[in-house]
Amino acid sequence: MGKQRALIPYITAGFPTPDVSLDVLRRVAAAGADFVEVGVPFSDPLADGPTIQRTTQAALEKGMTLPRVLDLVRQAALDVPVIIMTYLNPVMAHGVDRFIRDAQGAGVSGVVLTDLPAGADAGVEQAVTSSALSLIRLVAPTTDDERLAAALKHASGFVYLISRLGVTGARDTVPPDLAHHVGRIRAITRVPVAVGFGIGTPAQATAAARHADGVVVGSALMDALATGGVAAAERLTRDLAAAVHA
Amino acid sequence: MSAHDTSVTGRFGPYGGRYVPETLMHALEELAAVYDAARADPRFWSELDDLLRNYVGRPTPITAVPRLSAQVGAKVILKREDLNHTGAHKINNTLGQVLLAQRMKKRRIIAETGAGQHGVATATVCARFGLECIVYMGEADMRRQRLNVYRMELMGAKVVPVTSGTRTLKDATNEALRDWVTNVTTTHYIIGSVVGPDPFPRLVRDFQSVIGREARAQVLEQLGRLPTVVVACVGGGSNAMGIFTAFLADSGVQLVGVEAAGEGVASHRHAATLGAGRPGVFHGSLSYLLQDADGQVQPAHSVSAGLDYPGVGPEHAYLKDTGRVLYDAVTDREALDAFAALSRLEGILPALESAHAIAWVLKSRRASDDLILINLSGRGDKDVAMVAELTGAAL
Repeated sequence: MGKQRALIPYITAGFPTPDVSLDVLRRVAAAGADFVEVGVPFSDPLADGPTIQRTTQAALEKGMTLPRVLDLVRQAALDVPVIIMTYLNPVMAHGVDRFIRDAQGAGVSGVVLTDLPAGADAGVEQAVTSSALSLIRLVAPTTDDERLAAALKHASGFVYLISRLGVTGARDTVPPDLAHHVGRIRAITRVPVAVGFGIGTPAQATAAARHADGVVVGSALMDALATGGVAAAERLTRDLAAAVHA
Repeated sequence: MSAHDTSVTGRFGPYGGRYVPETLMHALEELAAVYDAARADPRFWSELDDLLRNYVGRPTPITAVPRLSAQVGAKVILKREDLNHTGAHKINNTLGQVLLAQRMKKRRIIAETGAGQHGVATATVCARFGLECIVYMGEADMRRQRLNVYRMELMGAKVVPVTSGTRTLKDATNEALRDWVTNVTTTHYIIGSVVGPDPFPRLVRDFQSVIGREARAQVLEQLGRLPTVVVACVGGGSNAMGIFTAFLADSGVQLVGVEAAGEGVASHRHAATLGAGRPGVFHGSLSYLLQDADGQVQPAHSVSAGLDYPGVGPEHAYLKDTGRVLYDAVTDREALDAFAALSRLEGILPALESAHAIAWVLKSRRASDDLILINLSGRGDKDVAMVAELTGAAL
């Protein structure tokens, strides 16, 4: 992330179908994304709200697997960095070292592991941090300062701040304590801060970009894709990019 | 409290851990600290013991079952958890956890439930302590266990139908975890089994271990020797850990955990997680898991809603690997036959879950000088309508 604020769209790999998904990745990336976050479908997405539960379920029904997600990323050959967002079990089933190798081979630059909080598994964490992949840490409003310092010791890429308690999904407002939590992170690390969970409209993106270095939009984009197709997702990305880059 | 004290690492061998969204980490650290303080506080245990005695009706008896024994060809004893208030072992844990919630000043309680027994036990303690109670239950299970849904509602709980995924216990647990992520600062999640992230597997085990402590002393006192084999059904595995823990150090006592083979392990319609699964991360811990080659969780199947779960407690994974406990499985058919057998031979209707343990004993070959202790974890009243439907009886 440079001086300009970054827009980070999230896309469920394989939704609505693997073929369309390739088109989505390319067109969303070209519509003003600075990074693209690619979600690996998992059968039990316990940190996700209804939208991403639906898109990941649909992708699984189309036969999406972790190796196919990486194929999709390789094929898309995007000119912005790709971050893989996944629950841990598909990675463990694939093999952690093999995942790291295959992800790098596909051109992935970082990984967010939804259910691997800092300190939870030294083996997995060391494998990722000693590779060229960035291990992007999630920070929540409930993360106290002691945990924050420990969690961000080896942070790289960017820090992903969960804007509020709860699961993924679009909400009406940006939480008032966002600036406070961004400030807590900045006191510890110079790694850029991206904020996500509940941000869906250009106005919310503008508000979030006032404090953070990057803005992640997922559910709203997947809703647009589900109801209006690739053109709608592309349009929303363009509007969000204009808001974030303004 | 136990030979496998995990309070430092949160692990049983390689299994267990805290694989959760970051948002929950603070609450797990708080719960672990509050529990560690409580377990060192004699007042905590004396308050719990008083409730177990005067509210639940403990100690539960052990019962000799001569007609079943004649059929097995060896002496069989039942530990009567079915005689607890609310009809199953689940209340041992919910009472312990509600006392922890009091210490954390959390007045909103959530729970998941499969058969409804844990939901009922949670609704019960919430009524007793005047706490808000929300129970997540799969829509398919609500149909199977309508009586328990109504019991929870009578006690003031709100039962939320879960319509995602397989609409059973696994999805109810997902939904409870989503609620907890959203309301974690005001809410305590009473997990119903020895599953989930640390410290749940060890604290649920500790609250259930009263079963084995009582049973071991009762068998010694009344029969003058230890059992040769202790048998319990395993879904998540809380009643099994509850009775096994007191016997782990007795190397002469064989321990047997019985999983649900459903329509047969080869049919892929089963819940034999330890028998047919492999290690993976699910619902906050590393343990055996029913999953496909890509790491997607496979739906489980059992006639018994309480065993219908693709995961299993991490301590069971460890006890399987070390060989201390033998894990086996019996089918729906065998469990239904055992349900009928115990009803006719002894006048005791077992829960379909517990009927799996009875079924294993009925089909295993035992020596005549064996002394078999079975944990009868719950009563079968909740299953009567279901059994009638399956056997074509009109009610």
